[in-house]
Parts: sequence; C-alpha cells; structure tokens
Amino acid sequence: MDHAATTYTHPEVLNAMLPYYTEHFGNPSSIYTIARDSKKVIEAARAQVAKALGGDAEEIYFTSGGSESDNWAIKGVAFANRKRGNHIITTKIEHHAVLHTCQFLEKEGFRITYLPVDQYGLVDPAELEKAITDQTILISIMYANNEIGTIEPIAELGAIARKHKVYFHTDAVQAIGNVPIDVKVQNIDLLSLSAHKFYGPKGVGALYIKKGVRIENLIHGGGQEHKRRAGTENIAGIVGLGKAIERATANIMEHGVKIKALRDRLLKGVIEKIPDIRINGHPERRLPGNFNVSFEFIEGESMLLWLDDAGICGSTGSACTSGSLEPSHVMLAIGLPPEVAHGSLRLTLGDANTEQDIDTVLEVLPKVVSRLRDMSPLYQKAVKNGEYNV
Amino acid sequence: MYSDTVMDHFKNPRNVGEIENPDGVGEVGNPVCGDIMKIFIKVTNNIIVDAKFKTFGCGAAIASSSMATELVKGKTLEDAWQLSNKAVAEALEGLPPIKMHCSVLAEEGIHKAINDYRKKNGLPLWEEKKTHSHDHDEDLTCEH
Repeated sequence: MDHAATTYTHPEVLNAMLPYYTEHFGNPSSIYTIARDSKKVIEAARAQVAKALGGDAEEIYFTSGGSESDNWAIKGVAFANRKRGNHIITTKIEHHAVLHTCQFLEKEGFRITYLPVDQYGLVDPAELEKAITDQTILISIMYANNEIGTIEPIAELGAIARKHKVYFHTDAVQAIGNVPIDVKVQNIDLLSLSAHKFYGPKGVGALYIKKGVRIENLIHGGGQEHKRRAGTENIAGIVGLGKAIERATANIMEHGVKIKALRDRLLKGVIEKIPDIRINGHPERRLPGNFNVSFEFIEGESMLLWLDDAGICGSTGSACTSGSLEPSHVMLAIGLPPEVAHGSLRLTLGDANTEQDIDTVLEVLPKVVSRLRDMSPLYQKAVKNGEYNV
Repeated sequence: MYSDTVMDHFKNPRNVGEIENPDGVGEVGNPVCGDIMKIFIKVTNNIIVDAKFKTFGCGAAIASSSMATELVKGKTLEDAWQLSNKAVAEALEGLPPIKMHCSVLAEEGIHKAINDYRKKNGLPLWEEKKTHSHDHDEDLTCEH
C-alpha cells in the first residue's frame, strides 16, 4: 500500500515493451530499416503522452524520470532566462527533486521564494501573486503532493503566472492517472512526469515544454529529442511510458472511483477504531488513493515495522525514512508539531488493492497503535494529565 | 536494515513498563527528534535489581531501551555507569549509522536514572557526558 512510492509495471505495458529489448533494438539514430522502426515507435509514444496532457507531440521530451524532468525544467529555465531576472517561486512542500534543485540555484546566485501552505497543504493564489516581482522568471508548484495527497489549484496558479508573463512549471509526478490534466486549459508551460508512478517502468519520464519556452539543455551530447536531450533513447522504456499513460488516462475515472472507495473505507475504519488521530491533507482536494494520518504519542517507523510484519507496506513522515533526524518538511509545513509529524502513516492505494486488504489493515493497525502507545511515555503523560481517557 | 537482534528486541521488548516507586528515573530525548526514553531503576545495596523503560521512538530506540535495561540489571551502579552506547549497539549486533544516536540515548537514560537515585540518596552526582557529544564522526545527534 505504498503506490505513491512506485507501482508495478502492468502486464500489458510490459508486453508492449519486451519486443524493443529483443527484436527491435535498433538505435533510432542509425539509417537502416530496423532503426527507422525504433524512431516510429518513439514518435507514437510521444503522441500518446501529448494526447494525455492536451499538448502537441513536439512539446514532449523523454527523460530518465521525474527527478531529471524537474532538474531540467528548473535549471534549464533559470539559466536560459537569467538576464531577465534571478527570482524563482516555489513552495515549502515540493518534492526534493524541486527543493534541492532550487537550493543549488541559490548557490548560483538565484533568489528563491518558498511559499507557505495552509493546514491542508494548499497554496494561496493571492500569496503567489504577492510574491511575484519584476525579477521573477519561473514559478514551480507541484500538481499534487506525494505525502499528503493535496491537489493544488493549478489552473488558477497557472493563470496568475501567465498574467505576469512568468513561466509556470508543475511537478505532476503524482497526478498523472489520478487527476485529468490539460496543459492548455491549466496554463502550464512545463510539466514533469514519471512512468513508474502509473504502472509503467522505472527509469523513464518526460518533460512537457510548451512551444516558445526559453530553456537550456541539461544533458549535452548527441542530437536526440530534437537536440534538446542527448543520449540514446530508452526505446522500450519510452514505449512502456506511452502505453502506461494511455491506459492510466483512459481509466482515470474508473480508477479514481474504485481507489477512492477503498481509501474512504480505510479512513472511516481508522476513525472508528483508533482515537487521538489527526488526518493530514485536504478532506476533498486530494489524490483518490492517498491516506495520511498521524497517530499521537507514537513514532512512524515502529508502526511501519509492525505493519511490514503483517505484510503491509507503508511510509511515514518520520525522520527514519529521510536519512536525517528531522521529520518530513511537508508535515512541518502544514503546521504539525514535530512529535505528531513523527507519528504519521501514509498508505497509498493502487489498482491491485482490494477491500480485503483494507480490512486486513483495519484488523492489524489498531493493535499496532495500542501496543506502541502502551510503551510510550508521551501517552502515559497525556493520560496522567487527563488529556486522554483510557 | 536492522539486525535480527534489533528486530527481536523491537518485537519482544524486555522490561517494558514502569516501576512503582522507583529509586531512580531518567528521561532523555526530545519529541522534535522523534524519540523520548524514560528509564526506571530499582536499587538495593548499590545493585540495580530491576530496570524498566517507556519509549516513544523508532525500532532502534525501542530495541536500545530494551537491551540497555537488560544489560544493567544485576550490575552495581559503578558497573552500570560504565555501560557505553557502543556496548548497547554491539549487543544488538550493530545499528545503522543514522540510528546510533538511539544507543546514545539509552546510555544517557541510564546515567540520568542513576544520578536521580544518587540525588535522592544525598550522594554526590557523577559527571554525565555533555548531552549528545559522543565520539562518532557522523552527525548523528539531534540539535534540538
């Protein structure tokens, strides 16, 4: 139940990919017939991605995944437009692929504004408009948050960027296949996506770059991808990405209804069975499969270890998963006290999950929480102070 | 990422709970860093006859509390004071580098509990190491 981390490759997608490792392995840059076939399937995949986003095929560039797309969009626009200005606006809850890229650019002399979010993780469009200066060259705001699932008002934010003639990038890695996207209607200039989040393979993604956007290359070398992204194409991966995004966008409503029903069953069960919790993220404006709840008085990693013991995979905003001792920046940005941030559990549901899976979690989780609370000095204190009745 | 011994002490923690009318209590850690450890000891004739703990924290924090309380039981206060975080980590068959601070916390918890006992009994306090200034290279400690 950690589909926001990654998904399995759907068998249909895998089957579409396999011939491009064996029979059709030609380098698209070569001149012979089998190479020309490779070229054709890449262009077919480009059209599939364009259709899913509402853009044109020549605006789609294949990359190695979400992180590369984010790096390219932000560094590429920053370096190509530094004569116009040195100011970039993003948010406090972005993925590290965006945040760390912005921190790198700060060392290169760029000024970055990290917009706050409200308790649900929403960016306030008025705050964005206030932050824009005559030096602002790029706004980068994620479509949907990977931890708490909150969906940002992208069309509105994009319209503000457009009004001020500032490029607008969105990291849509979590949104594809979950939320309908139209880059034209939503005023998006650049959009990052990654195949393995929607039942495609790992190691392949794309960046949508609207025609006319001034952007430097990130990967220099050969003339692939219209001379914008060097490197021999990952043909099988690109075919997989095309197939996966076609499936994901064709099934978007059906998928959403099914997954949301499971998530709501999970949430309802947890609310009924476990006291002293806090639901993180927005009640409605959230990804259908995202469940994120903090359990007071206990820590997330110990919860994950017990859940893993029962065969349930989850993740947490606690320090343990970040390689540091600080809780997740997203949890802190929505105003959670650190000890509550440490007690967060994220479960992200996907196509393979069933009602039975949900019922297993509802069977196991209350026991895990009560076992850990029994040994928590915080819980003991809260009970003593009458904040909590056993 | 955890050794079998860590997982064993995490899943079957020894000495969980509180001692009624303890002779010494030591509470260490900080919710900001995601771990708080409370160690209780019972002392008879200068020997720790019982030790218990309550811990809010990750798998390594719970396992370290469990192992540290096991290791000091039956020891004189002098011997228990010598228990180092490294000894706790070694007894657990190692901790990931980022989790070494959990063993530091356990050592500090034991020290605090022993000094709490000494204070209650009018004995001079032993010098505790400066909080979180231990001899490892990585930045393992929480600055809060």
